[in-house]
Amino acid sequence: MPHSITLTVNGRAHEVHLDDPRVTLLDLLRERLALAGTKKGCDRGQCGACTVLVNGRRANSCLMLAATLDGCEITTIEGLSEGGDLHPVQTAFIENDAFQCGYCTPGQIMSAVGLIAEGRAGDDPERIREGMSGNLCRCAAYHGITLAVQEATRRMAKDEMEDAA
Amino acid sequence: MKSFDLIRPATVQEAIAAWEPGASWLGGGTNLVDLMKTGALEPGKLIDLGRLAVLRDVETLPDGSMRIGALVSNADLADNPEILRRYPMVSEALLSGASGQLRNMATVAGNLMQRTRCAYFQDPYAACNRRAPGTGCDAREGENANLAVLGWSDACIATNPSDFCVPLSALDAVVEVAGPSGEREIAIGDFHLLPGDTPERETALQPGELIVALRLPAASSGFAANARYLKVRERTSFAFAIASCAAALRMEGGRIAEARFALGALAAKPWRVSEAEALLAGQAPDAALFERAANAALAGATASGDNAWKIELGRRTAARALAMAAAGTPQRMPALPASVFAAQAGEPAHV
Ligand SMILES: Cc1cc2nc3c(=O)[nH]c(=O)nc-3n(C[C@H](O)[C@H](O)[C@H](O)COP(=O)(O)OP(=O)(O)OC[C@H]3O[C@@H](n4cnc5c(N)ncnc54)[C@H](O)[C@@H]3O)c2cc1C
Ligand code: SF4
Ligand code: FES
Ligand code: FES
Repeated sequence: MPHSITLTVNGRAHEVHLDDPRVTLLDLLRERLALAGTKKGCDRGQCGACTVLVNGRRANSCLMLAATLDGCEITTIEGLSEGGDLHPVQTAFIENDAFQCGYCTPGQIMSAVGLIAEGRAGDDPERIREGMSGNLCRCAAYHGITLAVQEATRRMAKDEMEDAA
Repeated sequence: MKSFDLIRPATVQEAIAAWEPGASWLGGGTNLVDLMKTGALEPGKLIDLGRLAVLRDVETLPDGSMRIGALVSNADLADNPEILRRYPMVSEALLSGASGQLRNMATVAGNLMQRTRCAYFQDPYAACNRRAPGTGCDAREGENANLAVLGWSDACIATNPSDFCVPLSALDAVVEVAGPSGEREIAIGDFHLLPGDTPERETALQPGELIVALRLPAASSGFAANARYLKVRERTSFAFAIASCAAALRMEGGRIAEARFALGALAAKPWRVSEAEALLAGQAPDAALFERAANAALAGATASGDNAWKIELGRRTAARALAMAAAGTPQRMPALPASVFAAQAGEPAHV
């Protein structure tokens, strides 16, 4: 049964014709839209490497059937920077040594952007660790990841206050 | 993965009319799509509920009960201010489950309907009476250290993995369903079935029936000041329970007027024992009392394999959850919801 859907990915609208209902959002991004920044780790919801934002909220793209996402807005790691400027979470990951091999990093960063938007953790390291527990890092860069999320949270709050003023 | 037809109905009526044998409802997909990938489940048709916006409301009804639409996400329910205020252990249980990403996707109905995590259930090549009736149970002679110690049968020793269902059970939630022959309600205590000789029958839902909402009774908010969920797991976060307990007390003048507690991950359904709750009524809270109640709740527990240790763990989890409830619901959700490592009653946690 073919399905035609419209997806906005990183601000760009795509008409997608799916010949197979089994295609996940993850496979659609990587195999058909040439956006390989989103990674496949477990393909079962257990590692977080495939995390993207769907309508602004973080989700595991490996467990979402693309055909069910008609009309959704997707943000991937490729869509975070603006012009040449990295997103504050990306900058904080670099400055805090928050990765080693880098395989989990796109998922970590997207999850952190989602967590900060949820406003659940603030800059409390314990709450950040809990909030980021859906993202595993085989290189165990957890210490740097926690520092990066802390710093990005503070920087984004400060930027927001300055913008408001 | 075996292929399937996918349809996306716009109304509940359309969804019900589209059901046929071999069809499955699709909520967030975090359990169903996973099990389709392993090959454990092979529905011929998926009926995606995602367009049924009417099932996404959380409302307070005139009688004071709260009605939660079937498609409300686990994340949204956990953050709902009225749920936090009136039924805080529901939020704590939800926040102790899965991950931030999965909670955004997972629906409340899907959580109620999620399948056991028994490894042989997930493996289409294993013998499993629950997945394929009459094939046997590979868990009996296999990896069974985390399986049931209560309510199991020779046919199946699996547990129900849900955190959310444990406080729902303690708070007497009601499940509203709709199907080809109309609407009806099922008490949460009657919703999940023990395996007996028919482990493939997991819930009281009839073929073609759909969960449309859950209701939490108004009276159950009387426990809000002393209600906790405690979840013991193999890592601090993002792990299923090996034993859990939702405990709620209604205190009057320093005594327990009424107590409720349910245990998770020990049986194929949340485990509630009214005699154990009755032991607490009218008493002043203390550790020995909680131990007696916990013993009563685990009465009749037996190992189904390499898991006798879960009986003692279940007792200790219940006694500790009761003590945490007696100490009072914290003002703010703990940084580590439902964790054994969270500080208790202002004391630093002993790790
Ligand atoms: C890595 C991982 C870790 C997890 N950790 C936890 C945990 O710690 N604690 C916990 O409790 N859970 C945990 N979960 C399970 C998760 O909470 C459930 O998968 C989720 O709640 C299911 O909801 P869903 O909407 O995604 O259901 P789906 O996957 O869409 O469906 C699950 C089942 O429910 C049925 N269904 C869906 N909606 C309805 C309806 N309205 N009426 C009738 N039937 C329906 C489906 O047909 C299917 O059989 C975890 C899952 C994963 C993948
Ligand atoms: S314990 Fe139950 S679910 Fe697990 S293999 Fe046996 S029959 Fe299947
Ligand atoms: S690839 Fe999706 S969670 Fe691991
Ligand atoms: S940086 Fe290597 S897996 Fe995280």
